[in-house]
Amino acid sequence: MTDPVLDIRGLNKSFGALRASQDIDLTLHPGEIHALIGPNGAGKSTLIQQIAGGLRPDSGQVIFDGRDVTGLSTAARARLGMGRTFQISALAMDYTVLQNAVLGALGARGGVYRFFRPVMRDADLLARARAALDTVGLTEFQALRTSELSHGQRRQLEVAVALTLSPRVFLMDEPMAGLGADGSRRLMEMLDDLRAQAPILLIEHDMDAVFALADRISVLVYGQIVATGTVDEIRANAEVRTAYLGEEEDA
Amino acid sequence: MRRETLLNAAVLALLLAVPLWAQATDEPFTITLATRAVILAIAGVGLNVALGLGGLVSLGHALFFGVGGYAMGILAFHAQSYTTLIDWPVTIEGTKSMPVIWLVAVLASALAALGVGALSLRTTGVYFIMITLAFAQMFYFFAISWPAYGGEDGMSIYVRNGFPGLNTMDPIQFFAVCFGLLLLVLLIVWRLSRSPLGLMLGAARQSEARVQALGQVPYRLYLTAFVISGAITGLAGALFADLNRFVSPTMFSWQTSGEIMVFVILGGVGRVFGPVAGAALFIVLEHSLGGLSEFWHIYLGAILLGVVLFARGGLYGLLAGRERAHD
Repeated sequence: MTDPVLDIRGLNKSFGALRASQDIDLTLHPGEIHALIGPNGAGKSTLIQQIAGGLRPDSGQVIFDGRDVTGLSTAARARLGMGRTFQISALAMDYTVLQNAVLGALGARGGVYRFFRPVMRDADLLARARAALDTVGLTEFQALRTSELSHGQRRQLEVAVALTLSPRVFLMDEPMAGLGADGSRRLMEMLDDLRAQAPILLIEHDMDAVFALADRISVLVYGQIVATGTVDEIRANAEVRTAYLGEEEDA
Repeated sequence: MRRETLLNAAVLALLLAVPLWAQATDEPFTITLATRAVILAIAGVGLNVALGLGGLVSLGHALFFGVGGYAMGILAFHAQSYTTLIDWPVTIEGTKSMPVIWLVAVLASALAALGVGALSLRTTGVYFIMITLAFAQMFYFFAISWPAYGGEDGMSIYVRNGFPGLNTMDPIQFFAVCFGLLLLVLLIVWRLSRSPLGLMLGAARQSEARVQALGQVPYRLYLTAFVISGAITGLAGALFADLNRFVSPTMFSWQTSGEIMVFVILGGVGRVFGPVAGAALFIVLEHSLGGLSEFWHIYLGAILLGVVLFARGGLYGLLAGRERAHD
């Protein structure tokens, strides 16, 4: 197997008595979608925050591209190529759709500390931003203010901004949450193609999407990874059934 | 033409027409009032870079206003008393040249903003407001207790500083100098607001998490904005001191910080020309209401309350509508 792009080793994080992450090992290899599933409160978001840099783990390492990034800030990790989408949209709501996309292209290209040239006239940035909007299907909404977008469109824009970064890895925190059936299907098709560009660590509640898309699945329950494997392995895993899938069926 | 462009043009035209009319009818006091409005507008435009673009609620901008004022006061004081500013390691003398004073005022206030910003920007929200206020108060009490430059009484500068080719004691000529600087500052801030830095700074104001995910450090963006903001307000301070030919610790007071913020809020937070309209309106109110009652601030307070409650966008929000996002 090729070297993993992302290699999480023995990650631990506690909040008081609550152990949100316990000895988590996780790898993400080139070309794959690795889905992380688990019931609410299992520690999925805590884990992705530790990977992206928002939270410092108590112990363990995050190895990105062969480099230990555990001590680096969110911004530094982003510059190394971690492209993140947020569970609750963290877009600039007063800006237009196009401005948000340009923002991503600007972050990726650098040269932020320029004071005088109008950024919305920069052909290079505009081209990158428009290409990303085109990919997610937001081209016709580019002049709208982001606060005027529907929930689903905001999710699409989150993905578009991540695209403009041309990251080495995508960290996606529930990109399909709240999307309609149509939107989910579109996004799934997109992610399906996207894995060739960069591998995706996908946190997702939508089980159908996960089983349709993922190359591998890890199941997180009470801060621990109880199983990792292919779709079929996870489906067949008794522990997962009782701990997670079974629960859902009862509910 | 868009409404905002029209309004910008109207505000500038009015600000230009009033002193010209006053010149024609021989009313030098009105010219001085207009000059005051222009200078305070520069201070407001400066604060707006931090407050409007960066969302940094600084209640300490009097500090930079005062640093600019004292830069002028100290340089001119030494020039008029024929004493040297320092003797060692090199001899530096005072000056009465406006361009040199402006440069010193801008650099000194930028440096002050760098120091104050580097410390204050580690905090957010109400702590940031309090710490910027505290820094300004420190300077205020320092100025009061510094006898070399007038202490509590301040310093009088007998003759207004000079600008090559102009007679700055002539009110209309000094007005022209200040108006020119306002235009320059507006140009710089307008370009800044549309620049890569402006876009990223505005994004940091709206979502720090977003900006970090794009590989940017919000602290650095804020600090850059804070320094630019302080430098512009410092320039206004130097002009204000020159207008009055007087420098005093009042320039550092928290009331001054509050007034600068009032210009921004009255005019429209985040609108490039907002503080210009705000400062002009403030001067008009001060002059007209001040004639009615000594306690005109009560009416100002009521108007401010109205703006905050019913017209968040200030004068610009009311007259020009919501800000256009981009072309």
